[in-house]
Amino acid sequence: MTIERPNFQPSAPKPGEYYQRDRDWHPPAFAPIYKTSVLRSPKNALLSIDQSLSELTGPMFNHNELGPLDNDMISNYAKDGDPIGERIIVHGRVLDENGRGIPHTLVEAWQANAGGRYRHKKDTYLAPIDPNFGGCGRCLTDDQGYYYFRTIKPGPYPWRNYVNSWRPAHIHLSVFGPSFSQRLITQMYFEGDPLIDICPIVKTIPDEAAIKSLIAPLDMHNSIPMDTRAYKFDIVLRGRRSTLFENRLEGN
Amino acid sequence: MVQKLDFIKETPSQTAGPYVHIGLAPAYAGFDIFENNFTNEIAGPNTRGERITIMGRVFDGSDAVVKDVLLESWQANTDGKYNHPEDFQTKDVDDDFRGWGRICSDFETGEFTLKTIKPGKVPGRNGSTQAPHISLWIVARGINIGLHTRLYFADETVANGTDPVLNGIELAERRKTLIAERSEQDGEVIYTFDIRLQGDGETVFFDI
Ligand SMILES: [Fe+3]
Repeated sequence: MTIERPNFQPSAPKPGEYYQRDRDWHPPAFAPIYKTSVLRSPKNALLSIDQSLSELTGPMFNHNELGPLDNDMISNYAKDGDPIGERIIVHGRVLDENGRGIPHTLVEAWQANAGGRYRHKKDTYLAPIDPNFGGCGRCLTDDQGYYYFRTIKPGPYPWRNYVNSWRPAHIHLSVFGPSFSQRLITQMYFEGDPLIDICPIVKTIPDEAAIKSLIAPLDMHNSIPMDTRAYKFDIVLRGRRSTLFENRLEGN
Repeated sequence: MVQKLDFIKETPSQTAGPYVHIGLAPAYAGFDIFENNFTNEIAGPNTRGERITIMGRVFDGSDAVVKDVLLESWQANTDGKYNHPEDFQTKDVDDDFRGWGRICSDFETGEFTLKTIKPGKVPGRNGSTQAPHISLWIVARGINIGLHTRLYFADETVANGTDPVLNGIELAERRKTLIAERSEQDGEVIYTFDIRLQGDGETVFFDI
């Protein structure tokens, strides 16, 4: 195996630090409304450390590591026909907090099928597995940071939190960016879903505007007539300073 | 009115949930989908350096083993050089060294295993040197935002003693939570590294 080096440079001019994370915008580790977080949340404060090469660098991926159908969940697991459900496109850009597109970065997606069932050996929900739907896809953003997936709209599903808790329809998304400090997993929700407002996992996010930023609007302009509806979802990763003055990253 | 700053907010994190393996390690979820899977090989056969295996488990606040965790690792090569265009050091990166790995804990035992090479020392800030270490990022159901930590090596006593990050941990006792113990089994070098999410011996996690 030989790793091919990406032949591009990250978008920002010079190695500068990444902006600190706004911890009031993200969900706190301990959010009792989401019961599983109670025992899985550190009690000590996180230790703030200066970003060194270890944090400013991170893994990169190449187009030739992906297959042509990887971003097409309608066909990447189809055995004897299309999966059941509403055909949708999910598309948008991966940006940094400066609004710059992040090129050639890996976006991975996973989701339940139209009935709300995951193809996972641990999922035992009574909705059936769809023989033609895997529920995972991935792609690299283009040189402007643009990405898209074709898929089936996932169904809501019940889960053990309160007696009667249901997840709104959602797609899980994992994104890299050029630095390990930008690593992010999130979930995308769909405009108009009444379950969003009552979901304990959504409500771990304290800020109403932050919650709104996870809801993808219906995008009729990019829908394909008589075929597929589109939802637009931009993903924002941490931005970075464009200059490095006082704190030298390199040696004397 | 002052001028407006044109920053946009980072997308908020949400838990990876119980089915993270579908998206990030489908074979582990129980199916095969992609033509090309990431080899998940941190260091290929031609990569220079000492071959090591890291084994450990993740514990929750009740001391129970977390069996559905997913970790990612990021490290430099044996010379302390990262496989990344922004590493300014004039050193070579081995052709088959990726430096990144993705590891799932075993659903039955909760044990995770990572085969790699031991990294070298890496430059720190302002001319300092960091002891050899591997950066780790941990996600799972119940973890609302991925946890960053580092693994250091017990046999690097001298380098560890001057490492700026280890020394930045105020309570010296807590530094131990980042140090993997070395042992040998059938000629294989094993480092043991358990992670405690909460409570006694809680691992030091970073805001980076
Ligand atoms: Fe889910």
